Amino acid sequence: MLHEEQTLGKVYDGRLMRRLLAYLAPYKMRVVISFVLVLAASALKLVGPILTKIVIDDYIAVGNLSGLSTIAAIYILALVLQFVVSYFQIYIMNMAGQRVLADMRGEIFSHLQKLQSSFFDRNPVGRLVTRVTTDVDALNELFTSGVVTIFGDIFMLLGIMGVLVYLDWKLALVTFAVLPALFVVTMIFKRRIRVVYRKVRTRVAMLNAFIQENIVGMQVVQLFGQEERKFGQYSELNRQHTEANIESILHYSIFYPVVEVLSAVAIGLIVWYGGGQLLLGTLTLGGFVAFIQYSEKFFRPISDLSEKFNILQGAMASSERIFTLLDTEVEIKTPAHIIAPGRDDGSIRFDNVSFAYEGEDWVLKDVDLTVRPGETVAVVGHTGAGKSTLTGLLMRLYDVQKGQVVVGGVDVRDWDLKKLRRQFGMVLQDVHLFSGTIASNIRLGDQTISNEAIAEAARIVNLDKWVATLPRGLDEKVAERGASMSAGQKQLVSFARALVHDPKILILDEATSNVDTHTEILVREALERLLENRTSIVIAHRLSTIQRADRIVVLHKGRVREVGTHQELLAERGIYYRLYQLQYKDQEIETPV
Amino acid sequence: MSRLFPYIARYPKPMVFGMLALVLTKAASVLTPQVLRMTIDDLTVAVSMQKLAFYASAIVALAVFGGFFRFWMRRLLIGVSRRVEYDLRGDYFEHLQTLSSSFYQRWRTGDLMSRAANDISAVRMVVGPGIMYTAETLIVTVGALGFMFAISWKLTLIALAVLPLISYVVKKFGSAIHKRFMAIQEKMSDISALTQENLSGTRVVKAYVQEDNQRDLFADENEDYYARIMRLVKLSGAFHPLLASLIGIGTALVLWWGGAMVVNGEITLGELVAFFAYLNMLSWPMIALGWVVNIYQRGAASMKRIAVVLDEEPALQDGPERFEAPVSGRIEFRDVSFSYTGNGNGARVLRDIDLVIEPGQTVAFVGRTGSGKSTLTRLVARLYDVTDGAILVDGHDVRRLSLKALRSVVGFVPQESFLFSESVGDNIAFGRAEATDNQIAEAAALAGLDGDIADFPESYATMVGERGITLSGGQRQRATIARALLVDPPILILDDVLSAVDTETEERILFQLSSVMKSRTTLLVSHRISTVKGADQICVLDEGQIVERGTHDHLIKQEGLYASLYEKQLLEEELDRI
Repeated sequence: MLHEEQTLGKVYDGRLMRRLLAYLAPYKMRVVISFVLVLAASALKLVGPILTKIVIDDYIAVGNLSGLSTIAAIYILALVLQFVVSYFQIYIMNMAGQRVLADMRGEIFSHLQKLQSSFFDRNPVGRLVTRVTTDVDALNELFTSGVVTIFGDIFMLLGIMGVLVYLDWKLALVTFAVLPALFVVTMIFKRRIRVVYRKVRTRVAMLNAFIQENIVGMQVVQLFGQEERKFGQYSELNRQHTEANIESILHYSIFYPVVEVLSAVAIGLIVWYGGGQLLLGTLTLGGFVAFIQYSEKFFRPISDLSEKFNILQGAMASSERIFTLLDTEVEIKTPAHIIAPGRDDGSIRFDNVSFAYEGEDWVLKDVDLTVRPGETVAVVGHTGAGKSTLTGLLMRLYDVQKGQVVVGGVDVRDWDLKKLRRQFGMVLQDVHLFSGTIASNIRLGDQTISNEAIAEAARIVNLDKWVATLPRGLDEKVAERGASMSAGQKQLVSFARALVHDPKILILDEATSNVDTHTEILVREALERLLENRTSIVIAHRLSTIQRADRIVVLHKGRVREVGTHQELLAERGIYYRLYQLQYKDQEIETPV
Repeated sequence: MSRLFPYIARYPKPMVFGMLALVLTKAASVLTPQVLRMTIDDLTVAVSMQKLAFYASAIVALAVFGGFFRFWMRRLLIGVSRRVEYDLRGDYFEHLQTLSSSFYQRWRTGDLMSRAANDISAVRMVVGPGIMYTAETLIVTVGALGFMFAISWKLTLIALAVLPLISYVVKKFGSAIHKRFMAIQEKMSDISALTQENLSGTRVVKAYVQEDNQRDLFADENEDYYARIMRLVKLSGAFHPLLASLIGIGTALVLWWGGAMVVNGEITLGELVAFFAYLNMLSWPMIALGWVVNIYQRGAASMKRIAVVLDEEPALQDGPERFEAPVSGRIEFRDVSFSYTGNGNGARVLRDIDLVIEPGQTVAFVGRTGSGKSTLTRLVARLYDVTDGAILVDGHDVRRLSLKALRSVVGFVPQESFLFSESVGDNIAFGRAEATDNQIAEAAALAGLDGDIADFPESYATMVGERGITLSGGQRQRATIARALLVDPPILILDDVLSAVDTETEERILFQLSSVMKSRTTLLVSHRISTVKGADQICVLDEGQIVERGTHDHLIKQEGLYASLYEKQLLEEELDRI
């Protein structure tokens, strides 16, 4: 995991950048306004030295005090304006940038909703969550300040150059003499620091990967008494990491002083050449001071450059990960043309179905099975026989490799996906509860389901007595993932959930977890009512459920090996007979049938 | 934060010289406006080109002087921070190595990692940029203010008239911004929780066609987040422009008042210009102040988080005793009880275990999941300490033995077959780095891994893990067995280590291992009866107690738990064959 998170992005990637900037398109107006405002703010920042020049030349030099307050007032006005303009610029740019980030989060989340189950089998949830949170966050500065301030800085530099030329073009040219040197120094620094930065990142990644591995494997290290050797290896990585960082310090500690000296050279040139001009009378004293003040403003944006670099690099790495996720193809979706809609009679047919999660590792092989409307079928088999896979294929969580799964007379791949899945109600072993109330967990966002229907369902599945003990009844909040609820209670909630949605076909993966006898009776009763009047496929762990089923299907190593009733299959003395002894027989003794 | 001082104190020389360099470089920058002052004052009267050239070179000379010390300032002060980081990382890792399994059970890897990565970095920021900028700010403020007062105390007071306003703004905005920032963090954790919940319930979401509904829920949270961010921007967006403008107003006032003072002859024009330069110097510390405070706050919080780990006492104390060679491998459990919580309150995983294992014996432990059989063997390697009773190896209580000595005689192969991202060969030689290629190959052969390794692209040099090939579960298990065998320990513990290979392979490997097992004490945990059939003694555990013991034949005759487990095993094997 660490390796992927720390892959080394490029500092700048045009393709990624274009794709990122495309997100700003809907907010063009905001960006344009913000752009105009940033130009205005930059222009206002140039006012100070000019006013200083005027004060010196037109007032101090001639000893005139009367208009001085007006100049000060103009200056303050400019400052107030600068504040107002900058503020709106920042606010409006955020209105665009933050919108873009919100849009991206929404897009990633929506895309995740569409992706197939096999994608989630491969990608840990924690990593996907960081795509929505941390990775989008890393683009924050790029969108809210980066793009526009770079233009603002460039504009200010150009503005300063313009004013200097206007004041005294000869002196301006002399001052600019340091610019080529500055340019060269910055380029060298940029190239060097990029190499070092890359080195640092690689070594940080190696160091972190090493710690991670050693924390996970600490027991092994300790058992074999290898602490010292591992510490030696660690120290070596730690040393390399520190060295790379110290190397980067070297570059910074050369770059900043060099920029400073160059800036001093510029001022020195102004003093020497500008002073000369002044003596010749071509430059005023105020102009001289203004020159010096401008040249000081000139160098700050340039030394900030390195910081903008880091922001850019972080943004590139994150956006690469985000786009990789967004580019993951949705493999399971509604076909473009629905030829004939399926019937909602609850009939099911597996036609020679083979399925593998990966390659040729067949989990199901040549499965043929027909379930008539209203029938209850119990699927039994040893661990890894392919029972859960079978139900996953019905709802098209995965697509088969061979054969076809037919629901309501139509191949599931030709169904409208949503309509297909609405045919089913699913109850899983691990009941997943969402944050919200008990009622909202039963309703699951279907606002057409009335409160009465929920209360009725709760009553039918024997949830009512427990709910009555809660202060807020069905509107009681569900603590984090139902932490405050017992396994049996959660089970009953998921029964109620299935019941209110009144599916044509019920898929039930019975829980194996032990519940007390009282709850067991409640669950069994509820189950009885749930199975009534609908096609049901039950991955059965309770003997009672199996005995109640119309037919039992024995799945073994991915194949349907036996089909029949409990008594028939026992009599066959085949796989079921052995499974019965292995898994179900004990229940006859433990619980009354 | 006081925890940090000893680390910094280790580098007194670079720290002192770095500070000295800092003072000198700042002195140079504070002196520069003085040259300007003289230049301008001379220019108002009359000056020769030579004098101008002198001033110009003085400015450049000051910059070179300042630059030279600036170089050393960064190099020394930031360098110290990197060395402190290095030391801190080393101490952190070294301490982790002393902590035992119970610690790693309580702490999540991700949490320990984030302390190693993020928190140590945050602490470094305090030592490096934090200290450096604080000192810089201090010296510039003192120097600039000093010169400003020297020029005119009246003008200085006027310039600083906005100061109360600035500190008011900083304080007021600071706390409000912090509050709104926290509100954003809260919402972000909501978004994160919602996403987490949605993704871990993806099957239910799909089955009940909840995608659109979930998307709407997410959109609501997302909009709320946007609204909260914009509430923050409304404040924070004003903060810096406001500061800049307030500082600017100081300048405007100086321009006005100072201009008059020049005309009245109270100060010279050069002094006014120098005054501007000093005022400009002061604006940076004011802006940096908030940033530095932030670095300190984060660093202090991070140091606390690191200290929590560093203060964690190793649960296992090293003992003084060593074995008198040669080790026979006799193990004795005396009335052993154990709970993972360490005190008597937790659920007892083992209760009243009494057992003697003679040198050279092979003893097997079977039982249902959670019966305590793995725990029992972990106690022999002293991964945990017993809650009651004692375990003796060769007559020594394991708690009195040096951990190193004990573990060098116990070859423990745990259930989770963990391998390092090294080559297969290095992994096998993990406990004995000096082993020859032949010895490694021999161990691999004993564990039945040699055939697999021959098929690997680079044989024994093939890398394992993300940068190499992915081994199957069975291959990993055999590699960990080979790793233990190479050490040739007098006591070998195999904790369900062949669960991922099929029965046939298992039998073949067990046959190969039988010669190894004969010559040493072996503890064997398995959920497969076929594995343990040949053991000298089989102990059946149930709910933390040994409920049956004896040889295979003896136990079958008893028709107890072992017999029924065996029966089920046979059925499963039958099912497997069908």
